[in-house]
Amino acid sequence: MTVTATRAPERRTEEKPTLRERRPGRFLILAGLLVLLLLMVAPLLVVAVNAVKSPADYAAGGPLSLPDHLYWRGIVDFWNRVDFGLKLWNSFITSLVVAVLGVILSVFNAYALGIGRVRGRIWFLVFFLVANLLPQEVLVYPLYYLSKQLGLYDSLFSIIIIFTVVQSAFGTYLLTSVYTEFPKELLEAAAIDGAGRWRALWRVVVPVSRPTLAVLFTFFFIWTWNEFFLPLIFLISNDNQTVPVALGVLQGDRMMDATTTSASALIGIIPAMVFFLIFQRTLTRGIAAGAIK
Amino acid sequence: MKNRGYAVYLIPGIVASTAVIIVPLVMTVYISFTKWTGIGSPRWVGLENYTRLFADANFWASFGHIILLIIAMAVVPTFVGLVLAALLFDYVAKRFSDRWASALRSGYYLPQVLPVAVTGIIWGWILHPGYGALNRILESAGLGSLAHNWLGDPEYALYSVMAVMIWFQLGYPIVMFMSGLQRIDPELYEAADLDGASWWQRFRKITVAMIRPELYVVLVTTTIASLKIFGQIFVLTRGGPSNATLVPSYFAYKNFFEKAQVGYGSAISTVLTVLIVVLAVVFLRLQNRAERS
Repeated sequence: MTVTATRAPERRTEEKPTLRERRPGRFLILAGLLVLLLLMVAPLLVVAVNAVKSPADYAAGGPLSLPDHLYWRGIVDFWNRVDFGLKLWNSFITSLVVAVLGVILSVFNAYALGIGRVRGRIWFLVFFLVANLLPQEVLVYPLYYLSKQLGLYDSLFSIIIIFTVVQSAFGTYLLTSVYTEFPKELLEAAAIDGAGRWRALWRVVVPVSRPTLAVLFTFFFIWTWNEFFLPLIFLISNDNQTVPVALGVLQGDRMMDATTTSASALIGIIPAMVFFLIFQRTLTRGIAAGAIK
Repeated sequence: MKNRGYAVYLIPGIVASTAVIIVPLVMTVYISFTKWTGIGSPRWVGLENYTRLFADANFWASFGHIILLIIAMAVVPTFVGLVLAALLFDYVAKRFSDRWASALRSGYYLPQVLPVAVTGIIWGWILHPGYGALNRILESAGLGSLAHNWLGDPEYALYSVMAVMIWFQLGYPIVMFMSGLQRIDPELYEAADLDGASWWQRFRKITVAMIRPELYVVLVTTTIASLKIFGQIFVLTRGGPSNATLVPSYFAYKNFFEKAQVGYGSAISTVLTVLIVVLAVVFLRLQNRAERS
């Protein structure tokens, strides 16, 4: 299975349950699955409920009571205290640029390896696969040292460059397997029309593989958004922090109370949920694609 | 068709990967044979860091913790996810509706879309001994004797982290397996049904057999993810209390950025990298052999 071949399966919807399956017992399994669902989302619900509670309300009613009135101060105060708008912007611009550059770099690599079948392609693929597996700990200190030498330390550029390369390692790996099966006729037709490699890439290969590229873009965006380790080390000044770093380093802050903590968690959850809702289809399609080589 | 002229498209990828991955990797391996504080020039000490490492109780403890985290992040989610995916695909989707199945799937997947730092904040608050939700809930339910300092007590800290990781990881295998299950020809199940096979027999003989590729992918990726775990540990426990939740990546981070023992930190991350690459190669071999037979 390749990324492009992910159409919905043909399934018979007309099947009637046989008598044996109409027992009321069947609802037990569904009920069990629903209880599990509740357990999975409960922490998020508890966070949401307590983020809009006043500290006095929390002290009186505990974590499970509903707020006696909606109290937005905790969220507003926290937002202003960490200058959250700026962190959102830092995260957004970093993730967007990485996703765009990462897809372009993956396309170039996969064009050479999958369609061009450059000599030694297997070794290149092994290389990109290994690059994707490496723990960031093994790269971090030299990157930290080199970025200081180059004057790139504590700038979004350093993070953008690093993640573009790291993400494109996975992109190259996935996209090469798609491009290996790219229809030759399309390329031949383009060549007959006088298109060179460069034009064939942009006019034929990229438009045809757009669904796969959308999956990669989504992955790169969300992965970069969620990154913590390298941004924690590289983005040390307040003006450069991304959302996870800003929230993560505050965690040790002794000034936090229950409602402030849940307020901070909630404003960290919301952007992630928004992306999840926007990208849901691409994501599930992409997770499937990532599995099969 | 001539394939010349494609190699030029590999140049940006090769240059970027060399700068961001190859050079730092080689530097870390080199630094691991030196004594270096990050300032001045490294002094060659041969294998000293490695002999010290293998005699360091914290090093062994951190890898011991990883074994428990592999259970929490790879083994349990894979097997529970397998049963859940089969139930959703073969039971809920057929006896109820596809919509139920995909709604449940999305709910289980939700924790996966949150940034790990935010996951850490949510659970850090819920498990907090003073103002946390879990202890408050236990007390109000009259189970105050069960309340613990979940993350602050060396006896419970690692188990608490394990529970959080199961919650966090469960959705990934479910989504992967459900997409794999869509390859299965529904007639296989029907035939098994007619032959009087029980649900358990169909699960073992059809479901598990068919999604073996996904099973391998999930086990490899989640095992590697547990070896690399950093963000959750940083936000939840910072390796404490008294190193009860120390993991290799946090151990390396501490040596790099807190203790200025860059040579020692490099040795830790080099060992971790070798372990990950070996593991990946072994898994890929196994997978290839399974596919061929």
